[in-house]
Amino acid sequence: MGYDLTPQGLHDLAEGAAVLGTGGGGDPYIGRLLVEREMAAGRRVRVIGADELPGDALVLPSSMMGAPTVFVEKLPSGGGNVAAFRALEEHLGRRAHAVMPTECGGLNSMIPLMLGAQLGLPVVDADGMGRAFPELQMQTFGVLGVSGSPMAIASDHGDVCVITAGDNKRMEQLARALTIQMGGASYISDYPMDTAEVRRTSVRGTLSLCRDIGRTLREARAAHADPFDALSVMLAGTIYSLGVVLFRGKVVDVERRTVDGFARGRARLQAADDPGDVLEITFQNEHLVARRDGRVLAIVPDLICTLATETGAPVPTESLAYGQRLTVFAISTPPIMRTPDALACFGPAGFGLTDPYVPLENLLPGSLAKTPAP
Amino acid sequence: MTRIPGKEHAAVRIGIDVGGTHTDAVLLDQDMNVVAGIKTATTADVTGGVVTALSTLLEGSRLDRGRISAVMIGTTHFTNALVTRRRLARTGVVRLALPATAALPPTSAWPAELVDAVRPVVRLCHGGHEFDGRPISPLDPDELKRVAADLAAHDITTVAISSVFSPVTAEAELAAAGILRAELPHLRVSLSHQIGRIRMLERENATVVNACLLDLADEIVDAFAAALAAVGVRAPLFLSQNDGTLMDAEYTRSYPVRTFASGPTNSMRGAAFLAGLADAAVVDIGGTTTDVGVLTGGYPRQAGTDVDIAGVRTNFRMPDVVSVGLGGGSRVTRRPELRIGPDSVGYQLTEQALVFGGRTLTATDLAVAAGLAEVGDRSLVRGLDRDLVRRGAAWMADRVAGLVDQMRLSAEPLPVVIVGGGAILMPAELPGVPEVRIPGHHGVANAIGAAIGQIGGEVDRLFLIGSQLTRDDVLDQARAEATDLAVSAGAVPSSVEIVHVDEIHVNYLPGNAVRVIVRAVGDLDLGRARTPEEDPQWATT
Repeated sequence: MGYDLTPQGLHDLAEGAAVLGTGGGGDPYIGRLLVEREMAAGRRVRVIGADELPGDALVLPSSMMGAPTVFVEKLPSGGGNVAAFRALEEHLGRRAHAVMPTECGGLNSMIPLMLGAQLGLPVVDADGMGRAFPELQMQTFGVLGVSGSPMAIASDHGDVCVITAGDNKRMEQLARALTIQMGGASYISDYPMDTAEVRRTSVRGTLSLCRDIGRTLREARAAHADPFDALSVMLAGTIYSLGVVLFRGKVVDVERRTVDGFARGRARLQAADDPGDVLEITFQNEHLVARRDGRVLAIVPDLICTLATETGAPVPTESLAYGQRLTVFAISTPPIMRTPDALACFGPAGFGLTDPYVPLENLLPGSLAKTPAP
Repeated sequence: MTRIPGKEHAAVRIGIDVGGTHTDAVLLDQDMNVVAGIKTATTADVTGGVVTALSTLLEGSRLDRGRISAVMIGTTHFTNALVTRRRLARTGVVRLALPATAALPPTSAWPAELVDAVRPVVRLCHGGHEFDGRPISPLDPDELKRVAADLAAHDITTVAISSVFSPVTAEAELAAAGILRAELPHLRVSLSHQIGRIRMLERENATVVNACLLDLADEIVDAFAAALAAVGVRAPLFLSQNDGTLMDAEYTRSYPVRTFASGPTNSMRGAAFLAGLADAAVVDIGGTTTDVGVLTGGYPRQAGTDVDIAGVRTNFRMPDVVSVGLGGGSRVTRRPELRIGPDSVGYQLTEQALVFGGRTLTATDLAVAAGLAEVGDRSLVRGLDRDLVRRGAAWMADRVAGLVDQMRLSAEPLPVVIVGGGAILMPAELPGVPEVRIPGHHGVANAIGAAIGQIGGEVDRLFLIGSQLTRDDVLDQARAEATDLAVSAGAVPSSVEIVHVDEIHVNYLPGNAVRVIVRAVGDLDLGRARTPEEDPQWATT
């Protein structure tokens, strides 16, 4: 059922979105401040389920594209997201019924909430990534046949472009080039969909999932309970079903380099009681794979989250630093993100990894027998 | 200042720590030996407290005041002013960014009480740059002249100016400051590129806080200078910054915000100095809390997260310290299970603790009963249950050892230096720790940290690496700039070392944009330090 987001709910949602950012996706902090200002001005944020959409509705997603580093310096005008959304409506010759996120992990969880408040439109409780991913074609929408374009892209300067691309990968490349010219960050509306497409191709309930993750962490802290146990219990009742602690340790090494505009690298964690016990996380903006003694413990698109051991607070890749005491928490993704087509797009192969995808639940110590022979 | 060779004329330095409760002072000779250290009570009157500390320190030393080559002060005045929301000047805030950033104006995320205390006059203007140095929009001189008129109409004499990507290019901030100053010659200006790093809101917040404190900075610096003059000390004055380096008094008038968090940094550096260790865990036990941090190469390991000060988010670097409620004044609870702290009798220890004839069982009483310390009257705790005393002492040692373990980087054991008045609570050995040192003068480690402060320079900018500029070029350039900054701030050129290099790759930008942070530090060049006669602005009030 639909609901109005409260200030506390927004706070929780932002923290949960940072957890689902799996180390990337940008810090939702600035986005949360933007939505808080909308709420303080008396505008409401209405979240509705995909099943509450009228049968013939047009739904337009909204997100920010580009470098989170730019976004936290060149703060938004508040006009770019509106301009992109309106331009796509105009191009399609139809008014949209609702806004929707494409990426519930990280900063982009907040952008549609802001736009929904600005325009007085409901925000659909679903997205196309179920987490954070680095590129526009990495969406269940596209995997299930929805075209990303026509899409609209706008800057804070009043520039608006509509892109009609040959395919979703080409759309990503064209929009990326425009984003650079727009100052390294832009606002987009892509993957225009009707109600049936939203219901068929989206990962459902992900805004509420973020809110529930944030609330679980907050309540566990208040009760001095183990935040990770609480998360596991909470996730068991969702389409993400499994949340499990992979490792607890300290960061002993972080190696970063930039390749084609992506932060690639790896972080090594050492168990507190056994220096020989090391977990290695490989990342490309987001965490892609976690290995212990060379053995894969979790791999993309399943979620590998680095959370502060004492509080459960998410720690992004860019903040990983020597000596941090972290718990690596893995979350299994829902079936819509694990189909062969989905894995080809944003599974290990989509990131150039040679390891095969093995579902998290089959990699757990108790289920070694189910792991295919290497 | 003339210096004559020979021990009897050799230069000495004084370090002072002005805390909320105590003002400590130490005297270090030319070879950096601690000659004297004292503790006095902090007073509401700034000058008076420092005069008392200096007189007590110098009393009976028959020291020729001319041999004092420098006085270094670490102070919590500015942090306290923000936390208590007192003495903050009404400030103008100008952001150069339009059409960008309008959705989140300056100070919009501040606590309401602090906004009420500062009553900032906020103006968003055109200007600012993109990440690659292209202008967002040109500065509009007429727009800025209207801002100047607004500030004048509100009787505002300080302004904070922030511009998008000013850490990449400071052009817009400098030009806007010029225009405002031409209109208002007495305007005091804080520019964000001189205060903080990339991340608009956090840098701008620190700049606005700095601007609010400028009037107070004049007052405090004048008060310190007057205190020196009152005891006949004419040496130059320096203040401690948050990273353990020093700034001279004149610089403090422009950058008071840089004194924030200098206390924990000074305590850790003082501890390292006293123990002769560059890599160690430092445990600072006070009356109410215990802080544990880690020194690497003589400087505190810094926290990776943003720091809220009085509810304002800044991106200052602060030492990575865990703090728990255990100190000399901690109350001992026996049921349902033994617990010491977090509540404390605090400064009332000398009235309330059993060994001082009081009625409250405190951590200090357990330490005295266990034979760890000789404080107050030991006979007053003779009747304590021996088992309770034994378990209590072990509980405190285990607690501290656990914190040290938590802060360790690797499985390799780390020596521990214990400082602060509450060091008496600790035994000579801690579980799992190879070496425990409780050095002499441990009670005044903060003041020693101030006295040994070095002079630093830091570069934090985005660089675009490409065929024109390789990664090595960029790092060389940043190192050279940081070294120049340290020397121009007063470091001996030959002593300057690069102590920190960090490269942060910026995602989703072309051509390998890299944020490079380089910090250089060197020894203070005492020969170059300004004395009151050389600098007319030093005239005391």
